[in-house]
Amino acid sequence: MGKTIAEKILSQKSGRDAKANDIVIADLDFVMGQDGTSPLAIKAFQEMQASKVFDPARIAMVIDHSAPSPLEGVSELHRQMRVFAREQQINFYDIGDGVCHQLVPEQGHVVPGDLVIGADSHTCTYGAINALSTGVGSTDLAAGIISGKLWFKVPETFKFILNGKLGEGVYSKDLILFLIGEVTADGATYMAAEYCGEAISDLSVDARFTISNMAIEMGAKCGLMEADDKTIEWVKKHSRKEFVPVSADADAVYAKVKEYDVSSLEPQIARPHTVDNVVGISQLGEVPIQQGVIGTCTNGRMEDLRIAARILKGRKINKEARLIVAPASRQIMIEAMREGLIETFIQAGAAVVTPGCGPCVGTHNGVPSDGENVISTANRNFKGRMGNNKAFIYLGSPATVAASVINGRITDPRQLLS
Amino acid sequence: MKLAGKCHKFGNDVNTDYIISGRHKFKTLDMKELAKHVMEDLDPEFYNKVSTGDFIVAGTNFGCGSSREQAPLAIINADIGAVIAKSFARIFYRNCINTGLPLIECDTDQINPGDELEIDLDQGTLLNKTTGAVIAITPLPPVMLKILSEGGLVEHFKKYGTFHFD
Ligand code: SF4
Repeated sequence: MGKTIAEKILSQKSGRDAKANDIVIADLDFVMGQDGTSPLAIKAFQEMQASKVFDPARIAMVIDHSAPSPLEGVSELHRQMRVFAREQQINFYDIGDGVCHQLVPEQGHVVPGDLVIGADSHTCTYGAINALSTGVGSTDLAAGIISGKLWFKVPETFKFILNGKLGEGVYSKDLILFLIGEVTADGATYMAAEYCGEAISDLSVDARFTISNMAIEMGAKCGLMEADDKTIEWVKKHSRKEFVPVSADADAVYAKVKEYDVSSLEPQIARPHTVDNVVGISQLGEVPIQQGVIGTCTNGRMEDLRIAARILKGRKINKEARLIVAPASRQIMIEAMREGLIETFIQAGAAVVTPGCGPCVGTHNGVPSDGENVISTANRNFKGRMGNNKAFIYLGSPATVAASVINGRITDPRQLLS
Repeated sequence: MKLAGKCHKFGNDVNTDYIISGRHKFKTLDMKELAKHVMEDLDPEFYNKVSTGDFIVAGTNFGCGSSREQAPLAIINADIGAVIAKSFARIFYRNCINTGLPLIECDTDQINPGDELEIDLDQGTLLNKTTGAVIAITPLPPVMLKILSEGGLVEHFKKYGTFHFD
Protein backbone atom coordinates (compact mmCIF):
# COMPACT_ATOMS: atom_id res chain seq x y z
CA MET A 1 0.00 0.00 0.00
CA GLY A 2 1.24 3.49 -0.86
CA LYS A 3 2.23 6.22 1.55
CA THR A 4 1.41 9.85 2.17
CA ILE A 5 4.15 12.49 2.44
CA ALA A 6 3.93 12.38 6.26
CA GLU A 7 4.20 8.57 6.35
CA LYS A 8 7.23 8.65 4.04
CA ILE A 9 9.13 11.29 5.98
CA LEU A 10 8.42 9.65 9.33
CA SER A 11 9.43 6.24 7.91
CA GLN A 12 12.73 7.64 6.66
CA LYS A 13 13.50 9.45 9.88
CA SER A 14 12.54 6.60 12.20
CA GLY A 15 14.02 3.77 10.14
CA ARG A 16 10.68 1.93 10.33
CA ASP A 17 7.86 1.19 7.97
CA ALA A 18 5.63 3.83 9.55
CA LYS A 19 1.90 3.91 8.88
CA ALA A 20 -0.79 6.27 10.14
CA ASN A 21 -1.42 5.93 13.89
CA ASP A 22 1.89 4.18 14.63
CA ILE A 23 4.03 5.77 17.30
CA VAL A 24 7.65 6.25 16.25
CA ILE A 25 10.79 7.83 17.61
CA ALA A 26 12.37 9.79 14.79
CA ASP A 27 15.57 11.78 14.11
CA LEU A 28 15.16 15.53 13.82
CA ASP A 29 16.79 17.62 11.09
CA PHE A 30 16.15 20.95 12.77
CA VAL A 31 14.84 22.28 16.09
CA MET A 32 13.65 25.84 16.76
CA GLY A 33 12.51 27.81 19.81
CA GLN A 34 11.26 31.39 20.21
CA ASP A 35 11.27 33.76 23.17
CA GLY A 36 7.86 32.70 24.48
CA THR A 37 8.88 29.04 24.69
CA SER A 38 12.69 28.81 24.89
CA PRO A 39 13.14 30.05 28.47
CA LEU A 40 10.97 27.19 29.79
CA ALA A 41 12.87 24.77 27.54
CA ILE A 42 16.19 25.98 28.94
CA LYS A 43 14.79 25.37 32.42
CA ALA A 44 13.69 21.86 31.39
CA PHE A 45 17.13 21.27 29.78
CA GLN A 46 18.71 22.03 33.15
CA GLU A 47 16.19 19.94 35.07
CA MET A 48 16.88 17.03 32.71
CA GLN A 49 20.50 17.38 33.86
CA ALA A 50 21.81 17.77 30.32
CA SER A 51 25.00 19.67 29.58
CA LYS A 52 25.25 19.72 25.79
CA VAL A 53 22.89 20.00 22.84
CA PHE A 54 22.96 17.21 20.24
CA ASP A 55 24.15 19.42 17.35
CA PRO A 56 24.45 23.22 17.59
CA ALA A 57 24.19 23.67 13.80
CA ARG A 58 20.73 22.09 13.83
CA ILE A 59 19.25 24.29 16.54
CA ALA A 60 18.06 27.91 16.42
CA MET A 61 16.57 30.24 18.99
CA VAL A 62 14.80 33.41 17.95
CA ILE A 63 13.76 36.51 19.90
CA ASP A 64 10.71 37.70 17.97
CA HIS A 65 7.58 37.67 20.14
CA SER A 66 8.47 40.55 22.44
CA ALA A 67 11.25 42.25 20.55
CA PRO A 68 12.62 44.68 21.61
CA SER A 69 11.69 43.78 25.18
CA PRO A 70 8.80 45.86 26.57
CA LEU A 71 9.21 44.78 30.23
CA GLU A 72 11.99 43.93 32.64
CA GLY A 73 10.65 40.40 33.21
CA VAL A 74 10.89 39.74 29.48
CA SER A 75 14.38 41.26 29.37
CA GLU A 76 15.52 38.71 31.94
CA LEU A 77 14.11 35.83 29.87
CA HIS A 78 15.84 37.20 26.77
CA ARG A 79 19.09 37.38 28.72
CA GLN A 80 18.77 33.70 29.65
CA MET A 81 18.33 32.83 25.97
CA ARG A 82 21.38 34.84 24.93
CA VAL A 83 23.52 33.16 27.58
CA PHE A 84 22.32 29.69 26.62
CA ALA A 85 22.85 30.33 22.89
CA ARG A 86 26.39 31.57 23.50
CA GLU A 87 27.29 28.66 25.77
CA GLN A 88 25.87 26.05 23.42
CA GLN A 89 26.99 27.83 20.19
CA ILE A 90 23.59 27.36 18.53
CA ASN A 91 22.14 29.59 15.80
CA PHE A 92 20.71 32.68 17.42
CA TYR A 93 18.53 35.45 16.04
CA ASP A 94 18.11 38.55 18.19
CA ILE A 95 15.64 41.46 18.13
CA GLY A 96 15.10 42.89 14.68
CA ASP A 97 16.19 39.77 12.80
CA GLY A 98 12.59 38.73 12.17
CA VAL A 99 9.85 36.20 12.88
CA CYS A 100 11.07 32.66 13.52
CA HIS A 101 8.93 31.16 10.72
CA GLN A 102 10.41 33.50 8.16
CA LEU A 103 13.97 33.09 9.40
CA VAL A 104 14.12 29.27 9.53
CA PRO A 105 13.44 28.76 5.80
CA GLU A 106 14.94 32.09 4.65
CA GLN A 107 18.26 31.37 6.38
CA GLY A 108 18.39 27.96 4.73
CA HIS A 109 17.93 25.79 7.82
CA VAL A 110 15.14 23.68 6.33
CA VAL A 111 14.90 21.85 3.00
CA PRO A 112 12.40 19.42 1.41
CA GLY A 113 12.08 16.04 3.13
CA ASP A 114 13.25 17.38 6.50
CA LEU A 115 11.64 16.57 9.84
CA VAL A 116 11.50 19.70 11.98
CA ILE A 117 10.05 20.66 15.34
CA GLY A 118 9.62 24.16 16.67
CA ALA A 119 8.30 25.30 20.00
CA ASP A 120 5.71 27.45 18.29
CA SER A 121 2.40 26.28 16.91
CA HIS A 122 2.94 27.83 13.47
CA THR A 123 6.02 25.71 12.80
CA CYS A 124 3.76 23.95 10.28
CA THR A 125 4.71 26.84 7.92
CA TYR A 126 7.65 24.95 6.36
CA GLY A 127 5.30 22.32 4.96
CA ALA A 128 5.09 24.72 2.02
CA ILE A 129 8.63 23.65 1.09
CA ASN A 130 7.89 19.97 1.59
CA ALA A 131 9.24 19.62 5.14
CA LEU A 132 7.29 17.83 7.85
CA SER A 133 7.47 20.53 10.47
CA THR A 134 5.28 20.75 13.50
CA GLY A 135 4.80 22.71 16.67
CA VAL A 136 5.64 21.31 20.10
CA GLY A 137 5.92 22.64 23.63
CA SER A 138 8.95 23.59 25.68
CA THR A 139 9.60 20.17 27.24
CA ASP A 140 9.55 18.56 23.79
CA LEU A 141 11.92 21.29 22.66
CA ALA A 142 14.30 20.44 25.52
CA ALA A 143 14.14 16.72 24.72
CA GLY A 144 14.73 17.53 21.04
CA ILE A 145 17.80 19.68 21.58
CA ILE A 146 19.31 17.13 23.95
CA SER A 147 18.67 13.95 21.99
CA GLY A 148 18.00 15.08 18.39
CA LYS A 149 14.92 12.88 18.54
CA LEU A 150 11.24 13.03 19.39
CA TRP A 151 8.27 10.68 19.61
CA PHE A 152 5.56 11.16 17.00
CA LYS A 153 2.20 9.71 16.35
CA VAL A 154 2.18 9.18 12.58
CA PRO A 155 -0.74 11.32 11.41
CA GLU A 156 -3.50 10.32 9.05
CA THR A 157 -3.70 12.71 6.11
CA PHE A 158 -6.46 15.07 4.96
CA LYS A 159 -5.93 15.91 1.30
CA PHE A 160 -7.17 19.14 -0.25
CA ILE A 161 -7.32 19.28 -4.04
CA LEU A 162 -7.65 22.88 -5.16
CA ASN A 163 -8.57 23.41 -8.79
CA GLY A 164 -8.96 26.58 -10.85
CA LYS A 165 -7.24 29.94 -10.62
CA LEU A 166 -7.67 32.60 -7.97
CA GLY A 167 -9.18 35.79 -9.39
CA GLU A 168 -7.63 39.29 -9.31
CA GLY A 169 -7.57 40.65 -5.75
CA VAL A 170 -8.00 37.18 -4.22
CA TYR A 171 -4.95 35.61 -2.57
CA SER A 172 -3.66 32.52 -0.82
CA LYS A 173 -4.82 34.04 2.50
CA ASP A 174 -8.40 34.08 1.21
CA LEU A 175 -8.03 30.50 0.07
CA ILE A 176 -6.82 29.18 3.44
CA LEU A 177 -9.42 31.20 5.36
CA PHE A 178 -12.08 29.70 3.11
CA LEU A 179 -10.81 26.15 3.77
CA ILE A 180 -10.70 26.71 7.54
CA GLY A 181 -14.26 28.03 7.41
CA GLU A 182 -15.25 24.88 5.49
CA VAL A 183 -13.63 22.26 7.72
CA THR A 184 -13.71 24.27 11.03
CA ALA A 185 -11.07 24.79 13.72
CA ASP A 186 -10.80 21.10 14.57
CA GLY A 187 -11.61 19.64 11.14
CA ALA A 188 -8.10 18.22 10.72
CA THR A 189 -7.08 17.65 14.36
CA TYR A 190 -4.26 15.09 14.75
CA MET A 191 -4.01 14.91 10.92
CA ALA A 192 -1.49 16.05 8.35
CA ALA A 193 -3.01 18.34 5.73
CA GLU A 194 -1.75 17.92 2.14
CA TYR A 195 -2.55 20.77 -0.25
CA CYS A 196 -2.31 20.15 -3.98
CA GLY A 197 -3.83 21.08 -7.34
CA GLU A 198 -3.55 23.82 -9.93
CA ALA A 199 -4.42 26.61 -7.50
CA ILE A 200 -1.44 25.64 -5.32
CA SER A 201 1.04 25.17 -8.21
CA ASP A 202 0.09 28.64 -9.45
CA LEU A 203 1.16 30.27 -6.19
CA SER A 204 4.61 31.64 -5.44
CA VAL A 205 6.50 30.04 -2.56
CA ASP A 206 5.82 33.19 -0.47
CA ALA A 207 2.07 32.71 -1.00
CA ARG A 208 2.29 28.99 -0.23
CA PHE A 209 3.84 29.70 3.18
CA THR A 210 0.62 31.55 4.11
CA ILE A 211 -1.41 28.39 3.52
CA SER A 212 0.85 25.97 5.39
CA ASN A 213 1.22 28.52 8.22
CA MET A 214 -2.50 28.30 8.93
CA ALA A 215 -2.81 24.49 8.77
CA ILE A 216 -2.81 24.52 12.58
CA GLU A 217 -5.95 26.67 12.53
CA MET A 218 -7.82 23.62 11.20
CA GLY A 219 -6.11 21.57 13.92
CA ALA A 220 -3.56 19.93 11.61
CA LYS A 221 -0.15 18.74 12.73
CA CYS A 222 1.46 19.93 9.51
CA GLY A 223 0.45 21.47 6.17
CA LEU A 224 2.36 19.69 3.45
CA MET A 225 2.90 20.48 -0.22
CA GLU A 226 4.94 18.64 -2.82
CA ALA A 227 8.15 20.23 -4.05
CA ASP A 228 7.87 21.49 -7.65
CA ASP A 229 10.33 23.53 -9.74
CA LYS A 230 9.39 26.72 -7.91
CA THR A 231 10.09 25.09 -4.54
CA ILE A 232 13.43 23.70 -5.66
CA GLU A 233 14.54 27.02 -7.11
CA TRP A 234 13.49 28.85 -3.93
CA VAL A 235 15.24 26.39 -1.62
CA LYS A 236 18.47 26.39 -3.65
CA LYS A 237 18.53 30.17 -3.46
CA HIS A 238 18.31 30.03 0.34
CA SER A 239 20.13 26.87 1.40
CA ARG A 240 23.22 24.87 0.61
CA LYS A 241 21.88 21.72 2.28
CA GLU A 242 21.38 18.66 0.09
CA PHE A 243 17.84 17.37 -0.22
CA VAL A 244 15.55 14.83 -1.81
CA PRO A 245 11.91 15.96 -2.25
CA VAL A 246 9.19 13.60 -1.01
CA SER A 247 5.94 13.01 -2.88
CA ALA A 248 2.90 10.99 -1.94
CA ASP A 249 2.35 7.66 -3.69
CA ALA A 250 -0.53 7.50 -6.16
CA ASP A 251 -2.14 4.78 -4.03
CA ALA A 252 -1.55 6.51 -0.68
CA VAL A 253 -4.40 6.14 1.79
CA TYR A 254 -6.14 9.33 2.91
CA ALA A 255 -8.43 9.71 5.89
CA LYS A 256 -10.33 12.46 4.04
CA VAL A 257 -10.20 14.12 0.63
CA LYS A 258 -11.90 17.41 -0.31
CA GLU A 259 -11.88 19.01 -3.71
CA TYR A 260 -12.75 22.62 -4.51
CA ASP A 261 -12.79 24.89 -7.52
CA VAL A 262 -11.48 28.25 -6.31
CA SER A 263 -12.09 30.28 -9.50
CA SER A 264 -15.06 32.20 -8.14
CA LEU A 265 -13.74 32.66 -4.60
CA GLU A 266 -14.12 36.23 -3.28
CA PRO A 267 -11.93 37.82 -0.55
CA GLN A 268 -12.63 36.09 2.78
CA ILE A 269 -12.84 37.49 6.30
CA ALA A 270 -12.56 35.61 9.61
CA ARG A 271 -14.75 37.38 12.15
CA PRO A 272 -14.19 37.55 15.93
CA HIS A 273 -13.39 35.43 17.93
CA THR A 274 -12.53 32.25 16.05
CA VAL A 275 -10.55 31.69 12.88
CA ASP A 276 -13.22 29.44 11.40
CA ASN A 277 -15.91 32.13 11.67
CA VAL A 278 -15.36 32.95 7.99
CA VAL A 279 -17.54 34.76 5.43
CA GLY A 280 -17.11 36.03 1.90
CA ILE A 281 -16.54 39.78 2.09
CA SER A 282 -19.79 40.56 0.25
CA GLN A 283 -21.72 38.93 3.10
CA LEU A 284 -19.96 40.79 5.89
CA GLY A 285 -21.91 44.05 6.15
CA GLU A 286 -20.54 47.35 7.45
CA VAL A 287 -17.58 47.01 9.86
CA PRO A 288 -15.73 50.20 10.87
CA ILE A 289 -12.00 49.70 11.53
CA GLN A 290 -9.74 51.51 13.98
CA GLN A 291 -6.51 49.53 13.48
CA GLY A 292 -4.96 47.56 10.63
CA VAL A 293 -1.98 45.20 10.89
CA ILE A 294 0.13 44.00 7.97
CA GLY A 295 2.85 41.50 8.80
CA THR A 296 3.31 38.39 11.00
CA CYS A 297 4.54 34.94 10.02
CA THR A 298 1.39 34.56 7.92
CA ASN A 299 1.64 37.62 5.66
CA GLY A 300 4.77 39.68 6.30
CA ARG A 301 6.73 38.60 3.22
CA MET A 302 7.84 40.59 0.16
CA GLU A 303 4.89 39.57 -1.95
CA ASP A 304 2.49 40.61 0.83
CA LEU A 305 4.16 43.99 1.24
CA ARG A 306 4.07 44.57 -2.53
CA ILE A 307 0.36 43.75 -2.66
CA ALA A 308 -0.39 46.15 0.21
CA ALA A 309 1.84 48.90 -1.21
CA ARG A 310 0.10 48.68 -4.56
CA ILE A 311 -3.15 49.69 -2.84
CA LEU A 312 -1.63 52.21 -0.42
CA LYS A 313 0.52 54.04 -2.96
CA GLY A 314 -0.54 57.64 -3.34
CA ARG A 315 -3.38 57.20 -0.84
CA LYS A 316 -3.82 58.18 2.81
CA ILE A 317 -5.07 56.06 5.65
CA ASN A 318 -8.51 57.14 6.86
CA LYS A 319 -8.30 59.59 9.77
CA GLU A 320 -10.43 57.26 11.94
CA ALA A 321 -7.95 54.40 11.42
CA ARG A 322 -4.27 53.59 11.90
CA LEU A 323 -1.98 51.00 10.33
CA ILE A 324 0.95 49.03 11.74
CA VAL A 325 3.34 47.28 9.35
CA ALA A 326 5.85 44.70 10.61
CA PRO A 327 8.06 43.13 7.90
CA ALA A 328 8.70 39.45 8.64
CA SER A 329 12.49 39.75 8.63
CA ARG A 330 15.41 42.14 8.47
CA GLN A 331 16.15 40.94 4.94
CA ILE A 332 12.57 41.65 3.87
CA MET A 333 12.70 45.08 5.48
CA ILE A 334 15.86 45.93 3.53
CA GLU A 335 14.39 44.66 0.28
CA ALA A 336 11.18 46.59 0.91
CA MET A 337 13.20 49.74 1.57
CA ARG A 338 15.10 49.30 -1.69
CA GLU A 339 11.84 48.91 -3.60
CA GLY A 340 10.37 51.97 -1.94
CA LEU A 341 7.58 50.04 -0.23
CA ILE A 342 8.49 51.23 3.25
CA GLU A 343 8.34 54.81 2.03
CA THR A 344 4.92 54.13 0.52
CA PHE A 345 3.67 52.80 3.88
CA ILE A 346 5.05 55.72 5.85
CA GLN A 347 3.75 58.29 3.36
CA ALA A 348 0.32 56.70 3.59
CA GLY A 349 0.44 57.18 7.38
CA ALA A 350 1.50 53.75 8.63
CA ALA A 351 3.72 53.04 11.64
CA VAL A 352 6.44 50.63 10.53
CA VAL A 353 7.78 48.57 13.46
CA THR A 354 10.69 46.21 14.11
CA PRO A 355 10.76 43.02 12.01
CA GLY A 356 9.28 40.29 14.21
CA CYS A 357 5.85 39.30 15.47
CA GLY A 358 4.67 42.90 15.72
CA PRO A 359 1.37 43.33 17.61
CA CYS A 360 0.19 39.79 16.71
CA VAL A 361 0.19 38.29 20.19
CA GLY A 362 -0.44 41.31 22.40
CA THR A 363 2.97 41.61 23.97
CA HIS A 364 3.83 45.03 22.51
CA ASN A 365 3.61 47.22 19.39
CA GLY A 366 -0.09 48.08 19.27
CA VAL A 367 -2.58 46.74 21.78
CA PRO A 368 -6.10 47.85 20.73
CA SER A 369 -8.40 49.61 23.19
CA ASP A 370 -11.76 48.36 24.47
CA GLY A 371 -14.41 47.98 21.78
CA GLU A 372 -12.04 48.64 18.89
CA ASN A 373 -12.13 46.68 15.65
CA VAL A 374 -8.84 45.48 14.20
CA ILE A 375 -8.25 43.98 10.79
CA SER A 376 -5.06 41.95 10.60
CA THR A 377 -3.15 39.70 8.23
CA ALA A 378 -2.27 37.43 11.18
CA ASN A 379 -3.50 33.89 11.69
CA ARG A 380 -5.50 34.19 14.93
CA ASN A 381 -8.35 36.39 16.11
CA PHE A 382 -9.00 34.82 19.50
CA LYS A 383 -10.50 37.02 22.17
CA GLY A 384 -7.66 38.78 23.93
CA ARG A 385 -5.15 37.70 21.30
CA MET A 386 -3.75 41.17 20.75
CA GLY A 387 -3.67 41.95 24.46
CA ASN A 388 -7.21 43.25 25.01
CA ASN A 389 -10.12 40.85 25.43
CA LYS A 390 -12.60 43.65 24.74
CA ALA A 391 -11.29 44.28 21.21
CA PHE A 392 -12.55 42.58 18.04
CA ILE A 393 -10.12 41.08 15.54
CA TYR A 394 -10.95 40.36 11.89
CA LEU A 395 -8.52 38.50 9.62
CA GLY A 396 -7.99 39.07 5.91
CA SER A 397 -5.37 39.34 3.17
CA PRO A 398 -2.80 42.16 3.00
CA ALA A 399 -4.86 43.70 0.18
CA THR A 400 -8.03 43.63 2.28
CA VAL A 401 -6.23 45.21 5.26
CA ALA A 402 -4.75 47.95 3.06
CA ALA A 403 -8.11 48.74 1.45
CA SER A 404 -9.87 48.69 4.82
CA VAL A 405 -7.58 51.20 6.53
CA ILE A 406 -7.97 53.57 3.60
CA ASN A 407 -11.76 53.51 3.85
CA GLY A 408 -11.91 53.16 7.64
CA ARG A 409 -14.18 50.12 7.25
CA ILE A 410 -13.65 46.58 5.97
CA THR A 411 -13.43 46.91 2.21
CA ASP A 412 -13.21 44.54 -0.73
CA PRO A 413 -9.72 45.31 -2.13
CA ARG A 414 -10.96 44.78 -5.67
CA GLN A 415 -12.69 48.17 -5.41
CA LEU A 416 -9.31 49.88 -5.06
CA LEU A 417 -7.32 47.78 -7.50
CA SER A 418 -8.97 48.96 -10.69
CA MET B 1 -4.21 6.09 39.58
CA LYS B 2 -7.40 7.53 41.07
CA LEU B 3 -8.60 11.11 41.01
CA ALA B 4 -11.58 12.81 42.62
CA GLY B 5 -12.96 16.34 42.50
CA LYS B 6 -15.62 18.72 41.33
CA CYS B 7 -16.50 19.71 37.75
CA HIS B 8 -15.91 23.23 36.41
CA LYS B 9 -17.47 23.22 33.00
CA PHE B 10 -16.50 25.08 29.82
CA GLY B 11 -17.55 24.85 26.15
CA ASN B 12 -15.86 23.83 22.90
CA ASP B 13 -12.62 25.24 21.45
CA VAL B 14 -11.16 26.57 24.71
CA ASN B 15 -7.92 27.95 23.31
CA THR B 16 -4.58 28.49 25.01
CA ASP B 17 -5.11 32.28 25.04
CA TYR B 18 -8.11 31.65 27.32
CA ILE B 19 -6.22 29.17 29.48
CA ILE B 20 -3.42 31.67 30.03
CA SER B 21 -3.36 34.92 28.11
CA GLY B 22 -0.25 35.99 26.16
CA ARG B 23 -0.17 39.21 28.15
CA HIS B 24 0.74 37.18 31.27
CA LYS B 25 2.75 34.29 29.91
CA PHE B 26 5.64 36.24 28.48
CA LYS B 27 6.31 38.04 31.73
CA THR B 28 7.57 35.34 34.03
CA LEU B 29 8.51 31.72 34.59
CA ASP B 30 6.81 31.82 38.00
CA MET B 31 4.02 29.30 37.39
CA LYS B 32 2.30 29.93 40.74
CA GLU B 33 1.92 33.56 39.68
CA LEU B 34 0.64 32.58 36.21
CA ALA B 35 -1.79 30.10 37.78
CA LYS B 36 -3.73 33.01 39.34
CA HIS B 37 -4.73 34.08 35.81
CA VAL B 38 -5.77 30.66 34.54
CA MET B 39 -9.02 30.81 32.49
CA GLU B 40 -9.55 34.42 33.57
CA ASP B 41 -10.79 35.66 30.18
CA LEU B 42 -13.61 33.09 30.36
CA ASP B 43 -14.27 33.32 34.11
CA PRO B 44 -12.45 36.05 36.08
CA GLU B 45 -13.27 34.27 39.37
CA PHE B 46 -12.06 30.84 38.26
CA TYR B 47 -8.84 30.68 40.26
CA ASN B 48 -10.63 31.58 43.49
CA LYS B 49 -13.42 29.06 42.89
CA VAL B 50 -11.37 25.88 42.46
CA SER B 51 -10.36 23.54 45.24
CA THR B 52 -7.36 21.19 45.03
CA GLY B 53 -8.05 18.25 42.76
CA ASP B 54 -11.03 19.79 40.93
CA PHE B 55 -11.46 19.15 37.21
CA ILE B 56 -11.75 21.36 34.17
CA VAL B 57 -14.42 19.77 31.97
CA ALA B 58 -14.95 20.90 28.38
CA GLY B 59 -16.29 19.98 24.95
CA THR B 60 -14.26 19.41 21.79
CA ASN B 61 -10.83 20.74 20.77
CA PHE B 62 -9.67 21.80 24.25
CA GLY B 63 -6.30 23.59 24.21
CA CYS B 64 -6.31 24.70 20.59
CA GLY B 65 -4.06 27.56 19.62
CA SER B 66 -0.50 28.17 20.63
CA SER B 67 2.17 25.75 21.81
CA ARG B 68 2.58 27.54 25.14
CA GLU B 69 3.41 24.99 27.80
CA GLN B 70 2.44 27.65 30.30
CA ALA B 71 -1.13 26.46 29.57
CA PRO B 72 -0.87 22.99 31.18
CA LEU B 73 1.62 24.31 33.76
CA ALA B 74 -0.78 27.07 34.84
CA ILE B 75 -3.52 24.45 35.18
CA ILE B 76 -1.27 22.15 37.22
CA ASN B 77 -0.22 25.05 39.44
CA ALA B 78 -3.84 26.01 40.04
CA ASP B 79 -4.04 22.50 41.60
CA ILE B 80 -6.44 21.16 38.99
CA GLY B 81 -6.40 17.34 39.07
CA ALA B 82 -7.04 16.68 35.39
CA VAL B 83 -8.64 18.10 32.27
CA ILE B 84 -11.62 16.16 30.92
CA ALA B 85 -12.81 16.88 27.37
CA LYS B 86 -14.41 15.28 24.34
CA SER B 87 -11.23 15.94 22.37
CA PHE B 88 -7.96 17.84 22.72
CA ALA B 89 -5.84 19.89 20.33
CA ARG B 90 -2.66 18.07 19.41
CA ILE B 91 0.11 20.23 20.88
CA PHE B 92 -1.77 20.76 24.13
CA TYR B 93 -2.23 16.99 24.35
CA ARG B 94 1.54 16.42 24.00
CA ASN B 95 2.30 19.16 26.49
CA CYS B 96 -0.01 17.61 29.10
CA ILE B 97 1.72 14.23 28.79
CA ASN B 98 5.14 15.89 28.94
CA THR B 99 4.35 18.02 31.97
CA GLY B 100 2.46 15.25 33.78
CA LEU B 101 -1.08 16.71 33.69
CA PRO B 102 -3.57 13.83 33.31
CA LEU B 103 -5.97 14.30 30.43
CA ILE B 104 -9.16 12.35 30.08
CA GLU B 105 -10.88 11.97 26.73
CA CYS B 106 -14.52 10.99 27.06
CA ASP B 107 -18.11 12.06 26.43
CA THR B 108 -18.64 15.09 28.66
CA ASP B 109 -22.33 15.71 27.88
CA GLN B 110 -23.31 13.76 30.99
CA ILE B 111 -21.25 15.97 33.28
CA ASN B 112 -22.79 19.15 34.69
CA PRO B 113 -21.21 22.10 36.48
CA GLY B 114 -20.57 21.23 40.13
CA ASP B 115 -20.91 17.44 39.69
CA GLU B 116 -18.62 15.35 41.91
CA LEU B 117 -16.48 13.01 39.78
CA GLU B 118 -14.25 10.05 40.47
CA ILE B 119 -11.77 8.81 37.87
CA ASP B 120 -9.98 5.47 37.76
CA LEU B 121 -7.26 5.72 35.10
CA ASP B 122 -6.31 2.04 35.35
CA GLN B 123 -9.89 0.86 34.92
CA GLY B 124 -10.55 3.50 32.27
CA THR B 125 -13.74 4.75 33.88
CA LEU B 126 -15.20 7.97 35.15
CA LEU B 127 -17.96 7.85 37.76
CA ASN B 128 -20.25 10.85 38.04
CA LYS B 129 -21.13 10.56 41.75
CA THR B 130 -23.78 13.25 41.47
CA THR B 131 -25.80 11.52 38.73
CA GLY B 132 -24.53 7.96 39.10
CA ALA B 133 -23.48 7.78 35.43
CA VAL B 134 -20.40 5.69 34.56
CA ILE B 135 -18.55 7.00 31.50
CA ALA B 136 -15.87 5.14 29.49
CA ILE B 137 -12.51 6.86 28.89
CA THR B 138 -10.44 6.58 25.69
CA PRO B 139 -7.25 4.76 26.79
CA LEU B 140 -3.83 6.41 26.28
CA PRO B 141 -1.22 4.68 24.04
CA PRO B 142 1.57 2.93 26.06
CA VAL B 143 4.35 5.45 25.21
CA MET B 144 2.25 8.31 26.57
CA LEU B 145 1.07 6.37 29.59
CA LYS B 146 4.69 5.60 30.48
CA ILE B 147 5.78 9.26 30.27
CA LEU B 148 2.71 10.39 32.22
CA SER B 149 3.16 7.76 34.92
CA GLU B 150 6.82 8.69 35.31
CA GLY B 151 5.67 12.24 36.07
CA GLY B 152 6.43 13.75 32.66
CA LEU B 153 9.23 13.97 30.12
CA VAL B 154 11.67 15.79 32.43
CA GLU B 155 11.61 12.83 34.81
CA HIS B 156 11.93 10.41 31.87
CA PHE B 157 15.07 12.21 30.62
CA LYS B 158 16.50 12.49 34.11
CA LYS B 159 16.23 8.74 34.39
CA TYR B 160 17.39 7.68 30.91
CA GLY B 161 19.10 10.74 29.37
CA THR B 162 17.17 10.16 26.13
CA PHE B 163 13.97 8.48 24.91
CA HIS B 164 13.72 4.99 26.30
CA PHE B 165 10.88 2.58 25.56
CA ASP B 166 11.04 -1.20 25.34
S1 SF4 C 1 3.80 36.39 14.11
FE1 SF4 C 1 2.15 35.86 15.51
S2 SF4 C 1 1.56 33.79 14.95
FE2 SF4 C 1 3.54 34.18 13.99
S3 SF4 C 1 5.05 33.37 15.41
FE3 SF4 C 1 4.75 35.54 15.93
S4 SF4 C 1 3.16 35.58 17.50
FE4 SF4 C 1 3.10 33.56 16.52
